[in-house]
Amino acid sequence: MELCPCVKNILLLDFEGKRVAAKYFCDDWPTNGAKEAFEKAVFNKTQKTNARSEVEVTMLENNIVVYKFVQDLHFFITGGEEENEIILATVLQGFVDAVGLLLRGNVEKREALEYLDLILLCIDEIVDGGIILETDANIIAGKVASHSTVADGLSEQTFSQALATAREHLARSLLK
Amino acid sequence: MAQPLVKKDDDHDDEDYSPFLGIEKGAVLQEVRVFNDPQLDPRRCSQVITKLLYLLNQGDSFSKNEATEVFFSVTKLFQSKDLGLRRMVYLIIKELSPSSDEVIIVTSSLMKDMNSKTDMYRANAIRVLCRITDGTLLTQIERYLKQAIVDKNPVVASAALVSGIHLLQTNPEIVKRWSNEVQEAVQSRAALVQFHALALLQQIRQNDRLAVSKLVTSLTKGTARSPLAQCLLIRYASQVIRESANTQTGDRPFYDFLESCLRHKAEMVVFEAARAITELTGVTNRELTPAITALQLFLSSSKPVLRFAAVRALNKVAMTHPMAVTNCNIDMESLISDQNRSIATLAITTLLKTGNESSVDRLMKQITNFMSDIADEFKIVVVEAIRSLCLKFPLKYRSLMNFLSNILREEGGFDYKKAIVDSIVILIRDIPEAKESGLLQLCEFIEDCEFTYLSTQILHFLGNEGPKTTDPSKYIRYIYNRVHLENATVRAAAVSTLAKFGAMVDALKPQIFVLLRRCVLDSDDEVRDRTTLYLNTLGGDGEVVETDKETKTLLFGALDIPLVNLETSLKNYEPSEEPFDIDSVSKEVKSQPLAEKKAPGKKPTGLGAPLAGPPSTVDAYERLLSSIPEFLDFGKLFKSSVPVELTEAETEYAVNVVKHIFDRHVVFQYNCTNTIPEQLLENVSVIVDLSEADDFAEVLSKPVRSLPYDTPGQTFVAFEKPEGITAVGKFSNTLRFIVKEVDPTTSEAEEDGVEDEYQLEDLEVVAADYMMKVGVSNFRNAWESMGDDFEHVDEYGLGPRENLAEAVSAVINLLGMQPCEGTEVVATNSRSHTCLLSGVFLGNVRVLVRLQFGIDGSRDVAMKLAVRSEDEAVSDTIHEIVSSG
Repeated sequence: MELCPCVKNILLLDFEGKRVAAKYFCDDWPTNGAKEAFEKAVFNKTQKTNARSEVEVTMLENNIVVYKFVQDLHFFITGGEEENEIILATVLQGFVDAVGLLLRGNVEKREALEYLDLILLCIDEIVDGGIILETDANIIAGKVASHSTVADGLSEQTFSQALATAREHLARSLLK
Repeated sequence: MAQPLVKKDDDHDDEDYSPFLGIEKGAVLQEVRVFNDPQLDPRRCSQVITKLLYLLNQGDSFSKNEATEVFFSVTKLFQSKDLGLRRMVYLIIKELSPSSDEVIIVTSSLMKDMNSKTDMYRANAIRVLCRITDGTLLTQIERYLKQAIVDKNPVVASAALVSGIHLLQTNPEIVKRWSNEVQEAVQSRAALVQFHALALLQQIRQNDRLAVSKLVTSLTKGTARSPLAQCLLIRYASQVIRESANTQTGDRPFYDFLESCLRHKAEMVVFEAARAITELTGVTNRELTPAITALQLFLSSSKPVLRFAAVRALNKVAMTHPMAVTNCNIDMESLISDQNRSIATLAITTLLKTGNESSVDRLMKQITNFMSDIADEFKIVVVEAIRSLCLKFPLKYRSLMNFLSNILREEGGFDYKKAIVDSIVILIRDIPEAKESGLLQLCEFIEDCEFTYLSTQILHFLGNEGPKTTDPSKYIRYIYNRVHLENATVRAAAVSTLAKFGAMVDALKPQIFVLLRRCVLDSDDEVRDRTTLYLNTLGGDGEVVETDKETKTLLFGALDIPLVNLETSLKNYEPSEEPFDIDSVSKEVKSQPLAEKKAPGKKPTGLGAPLAGPPSTVDAYERLLSSIPEFLDFGKLFKSSVPVELTEAETEYAVNVVKHIFDRHVVFQYNCTNTIPEQLLENVSVIVDLSEADDFAEVLSKPVRSLPYDTPGQTFVAFEKPEGITAVGKFSNTLRFIVKEVDPTTSEAEEDGVEDEYQLEDLEVVAADYMMKVGVSNFRNAWESMGDDFEHVDEYGLGPRENLAEAVSAVINLLGMQPCEGTEVVATNSRSHTCLLSGVFLGNVRVLVRLQFGIDGSRDVAMKLAVRSEDEAVSDTIHEIVSSG
């Protein structure tokens, strides 16, 4: 019997349910078609709920899905029926917060695609083959940013500073 | 700050802007060339890798050649010292999952990184290498991995440990050698290293129960652990408890540990512990209380996940310990209005399970408000919960039936409506008082039902049940309305239903005839045909005659011919003077009739199932046997055994046999399957040698004409035996057949075949075959009322036995009777035991048996056997069975 907490997939979809980034750790959805069908089902089921302030949760196809929405991005984590949903929620919160740090508070689809390498590295640092590697957003973001060409300099700052500069960054990018 | 926001709105035009807009695989593959530049541009290379990853992530796939080409180009990038680029290189190598001959190219680069001074290199190189490596390479890098496990950098240690967990699946013998290092890592101060080490250590030792138990013992004493590691420890502890449940008595080990975790500061640990306690086998109320209290606190949490987790766990507890959950009912009721509909539904179904009779009405009121704003899938769950509640409290059927009929009238999809209709049908079936009101609700429903399937099913059901009510006439209006208002399918069903009323209720016949005659000119031919048929069979010439049996069979009887066979026969029928004769259609079921029983389907409920409940296996056998004319004069089937396998699994031919016991005959039904695609078997029969079964004489053998690949067929052999005697014997079986080669391309068989035989295992007919397991609910009452007219008591020595339990089960198996009141279970180490058995013996004679066992110091078992039955001969037979067995 598998006792170790296990994550089946991590999904990042946009406000229309389109895939921004997705990583599957098990064979429950063997083809891309099956994966897309699952993403569609998850999106449709959760679309109308309000998952902006707290992590929400639902059951789908004998799986537990925890999810949270930020701006036009929908974050999901799926685990088995018997999984401890609070563990899954902790992983999801770590993912959402780490993405927030890496995108300097600018959590939206456009930015996520712009820095897709960071998002992919972030997922890679959270779960390895279904096993949870890290849930602390600061550590996750630190590991991703410390060796990223795109976010040079981020590692030298503390993350409260990073968030502070995020606003400035936002303003600058919009005024361009 | 206001200005940028306005600016943002202006940007909405290119909302769809994406750096990957118009990206093409071909173009990206061209870009991969930059990896070969002598002067590498790390930033540009990173971008190209991101594009490749984007394509893979969107579901694009690379052909073998493309992947190889990309992989080789990527390997060039190890020259670059750029940290960020290296990170992307690791990521893309994992995604490309190179083949083993390609892996060799990067092995040396990765091994160099594994020994690098940079922690990030070490950690990631380990993860990549372990992902893509095979067993042979693993021995080379094993040394480094063992070092990495105890590395002082937690990221490196975790990388090695997690990789170890994955490698354990493919190379367990290697990973098991690391347990010393892993053991050391368990003591690590880094929270996640300890978690990963714990996960690996337990998996290494999972087959060694004692070692796991020791591990848990040593760790439950310590503290300062990450919540994840603590959760893992709780899971291990509950596993140890589960496995030791049978061997130990007294206090549960580790319960105190679980209980202490309920006070942990991390919510995930509290929940894990609470859930573990509720899932303990045979958990007592005292053990349950602190866990329920912890879950109760979660119910009013502001976090949806906590509420969901708690209500889900409590829902499960409610199935086994409804009383323990009642304390939470008030919190649960407030969850009915929860924003999260999953939580609300779970809360309601839990309440329905824990509710008592007096709270039903209040609960229904709350649910009614709730039902209007949830999705169909949740509604179905609620409907099912209400159905079981109603079966639990039949007295409350009125308010529950009301609820069901109200929601039946509201909007809803097919599945939801079907669930409601099914529930009403089940309630009608199980609660006689609910019948009339239930039928009327269904009538109301079909007045305005958009689903043809449901309408026809309800009409069919009405036709069977309606005539048996006190006032059948009140249903006629609803049924006849269908003839005016519905589509042809429903009209045809309505006509049949009307005919059923006409057939069963003589007083209604004249009216029914009038109504039916109006349908003769229907626009649909099926409706017209049915009407004409019914008018003729019911004697529609105005006279009220008693409906004859034949007509009733036509109306109510099940079609006992497989539809496939009927279809084939009808297709073969050529129009001629001679009418089509339904008796000429073969009743032989082509495919194994029992195969579908084994299929993991839901048990038939609702409209699909006949009212008498699902047909038993015996019914299926009875139908099968009665379709064979030769067996008709054997009388009524007494008992059919469970199938006995006569071949090993995965042999050329799979054969099992069912023993059918009649008064004076025994029929063996051999179910044969040909598992060789290149063969067609013909004239398959079983040759039975009776040299060790003197009391039996073979009367006939019915071969299977043809047995194609993978299509089960049945051959029968029937024996005569003396009446009333429990003839026993051993039969040796040989499968005989003509084998024909089949061309695999055309799947046509050759003309000529070869006769062949195949030895099957022996089969025994034992005394237990003549006994049916039929339990009694109150043994003492049955025993007393049976009286001691034919009581026969005797004592037997059973000789030395392993223990008492073994002796008891041996006697039960020998007699083949049903143990009553749980007396088949023997308390461990007890010196004496009483066992009560009940059954029906051949000839439908009820038999009750009281067995008293005693065991002495030298393990000799003595037994006192008291038999009471309705027939003295049978009482004696039971004693004969025991004395000879």
